[in-house]
Amino acid sequence: MPEAGCAQPAEDVQMEKELQDLFAKWRGVKGSLIPILQGAQEIYGYLPKEVLLQIARELKLPPSRVFGVVTFYAQFHLEPRGRNIVRVCLGTACHVRGASKVYERLQDEIGVGDGETTEDLRFTLETVACLGCCGLSPVVMINDDTHGRLEPENLKGIVDQYE
Amino acid sequence: MQLVRAHVLVCGGKNCTASGSEQVREAFAKELEKKKLDQEIRLVETDCHGFCEMGPLVIVYPEGTFYVRVTAEDVPVIIEEHLVKGRPVDRLLYKAPVKEDEIPKYKELDFYRKQHRVALRNCGSINPEKIEEYIARGGYASLEKAIYDLTPEQVIEETKTSGLRGRGGGGFPTGLKWEFCRRSPGDLKYLICNADEGDPGAFMDRSILEGDPHSLIEGMAIAAYAIGCSEGYIYCRAEYPLAIKRLKIAIAQAEELGLLGDNILGTDFSFTLHIKEGAGAFVCGEETALMASIEGKRGMPRVRPPFPAQKGLWDKPSNINNVETYANVPMIIGKGADWFGSMGTEKSKGTKVFALTGKVNNTGLVEVPMGVTIRDIIFEIGGGIVGGKEYKGVQIGGPSGGCIPASLMDTPVDYESLIEAGAMMGSGGLVVMDETTCMVDLSRFFLNFTQSESCGKCTPCREGTKRMLEILTRICEGEGVPEDIETLERLGRVIKSTALCGLGNTAPNPVLSTLRYFRDEYEAHIYDKRCPAHACSALLVYTIDEEKCSGCGRCARACPAGAITGEKKEPHKIDPEKCIKCGSCIESCKRGAILRL
Repeated sequence: MPEAGCAQPAEDVQMEKELQDLFAKWRGVKGSLIPILQGAQEIYGYLPKEVLLQIARELKLPPSRVFGVVTFYAQFHLEPRGRNIVRVCLGTACHVRGASKVYERLQDEIGVGDGETTEDLRFTLETVACLGCCGLSPVVMINDDTHGRLEPENLKGIVDQYE
Repeated sequence: MQLVRAHVLVCGGKNCTASGSEQVREAFAKELEKKKLDQEIRLVETDCHGFCEMGPLVIVYPEGTFYVRVTAEDVPVIIEEHLVKGRPVDRLLYKAPVKEDEIPKYKELDFYRKQHRVALRNCGSINPEKIEEYIARGGYASLEKAIYDLTPEQVIEETKTSGLRGRGGGGFPTGLKWEFCRRSPGDLKYLICNADEGDPGAFMDRSILEGDPHSLIEGMAIAAYAIGCSEGYIYCRAEYPLAIKRLKIAIAQAEELGLLGDNILGTDFSFTLHIKEGAGAFVCGEETALMASIEGKRGMPRVRPPFPAQKGLWDKPSNINNVETYANVPMIIGKGADWFGSMGTEKSKGTKVFALTGKVNNTGLVEVPMGVTIRDIIFEIGGGIVGGKEYKGVQIGGPSGGCIPASLMDTPVDYESLIEAGAMMGSGGLVVMDETTCMVDLSRFFLNFTQSESCGKCTPCREGTKRMLEILTRICEGEGVPEDIETLERLGRVIKSTALCGLGNTAPNPVLSTLRYFRDEYEAHIYDKRCPAHACSALLVYTIDEEKCSGCGRCARACPAGAITGEKKEPHKIDPEKCIKCGSCIESCKRGAILRL
């Protein structure tokens, strides 16, 4: 929240404008709540409370309904996220090829657990059920890079590449 | 069109990209240009060939030479030796794990020889971002045939005769489903494609979406014509950004050529297609939950009837099928129901794509006629078990499916036989397990998944799976009690028969099927506090073989818990009270003196 009396930083103004453009794009389209939430998260990086209230007003929905949808889907986040998103696959194929050892070591390397973000916002660690590249199991995805056929020993070198 | 003397196909599928295929493609582009060969040799980026284990894959046509695990450094050699001098590069050819002789040709590989590609017909052979390549392979001819030569009723009849059944898991006859929806009263009807492929271990739909999106679009357009839908949605999971991108490109191209949108091919048939991105909820693979999600609500299933064919999306009659089902449709209309019906078994016609993963040599996507045996898939196509270990069983159909033990490996893969064996077709994930996989741990893994994905609407699924998971966790930690097995079976039966939707109805399957075939493993965990597969760490005991131990002290230094003691050059001992069973000592010991029991 900007302090009283201070001018809004340019960044906030820009994001607000993008949000209004997003509303305009979906106005009158059926079933637009989820695409709007996806778009808003793209703009802000997560879904701050004020933005959720704005969306509720725009779509004339009770805020409880918006909140209900946000908490139902894994994709939406109510807290700020790290600069690098680390996704560990714990799917079936990765599981039988030793993903749990990879996951354990990764928690040690990064220092946070499932769904948590490091204090310096460098990493957010998440587990996923399948990344769809079972041929490379066990797999970890950092941002858009897929790292496959992992051994716990390789992890430090990989994590160090991301600032 | 400019003629070229050779094509170089570089796989740009997700597995190959992660293994570095982009660098390979760039190296080819650079080298071909440098050698001034770029006018006579065409470089094509394709999507997944399915043989992901061996990526990055490169195929050189006209010969069809198949190179595996290619790196950027290999590229100049391939160009110089193969493309200039006409000598295939032996060291990069695929070597079958069982035989030593090299098999250079794409179609002759064991992995491909036994396959029959219908739904995956174009995957890996065309550039998915060019509609011309799809059309050149006969694409959209079936749509034209349907609209110009057949009535909607005839299209439905043809689909019914073909025997095509839903490939998303349920196996409901597709033609019949279309007929129900066509007969439902109403002007506005919706056609939906379920591309929310959420089963861990299944990625065939992604391969079609990314590798051949037009086959899906053509199939949907034919279905829309047959049923009388003017609007359609593809509900694709957000975890597949490339699939969404390719679909958008494909839809725009089809619209431009008059194959989608208003007045398709100059007729009065119109069909508009939208893409809906999922937001990450496994239960949205259930049809009524998926429709709730398109409407912008929490993706929770509802009671059926009314079925979607009567009251679906926005209360209008709707038809919903999965990606692979639609991808089969153009082939059925094009080649005829009899051709399709000639493949497969009496009740399960056609082919099915399986994602072969786990402890098998050749992981990847395989498409085979229904009715081939599990043995054929794992040992012929899959090339057997990694490291020559003993084959224990296969998990079919993801978290909704079941485990089929090695003793039943001659079970034919079709809808009925799999149900009879306690599994189900599901989406077609095949996870192969060897002697080191613990079945109790595996069912705990699946239940953990379904439990966390349970939407919470109905009590049997919300509470029941939670109780089952608690019991399984307890058993894996060595705290199981004798009545646990019976409780698991009773809970499983109740959840199966009372849960609201498919997710809950099938959630107990992994537990019930492993209890049926691997009961002794559960008993070993509960009564003997022992994990026969040595996988449940809480049940392992580490000891030192005094004969082999030289007293070097490496293990004592490696032990993070200080559980190993002993005099220098004397055999050491592990204190079981202090041991945290991390396995560091085994890794540190050079003499193999530490045993895990």
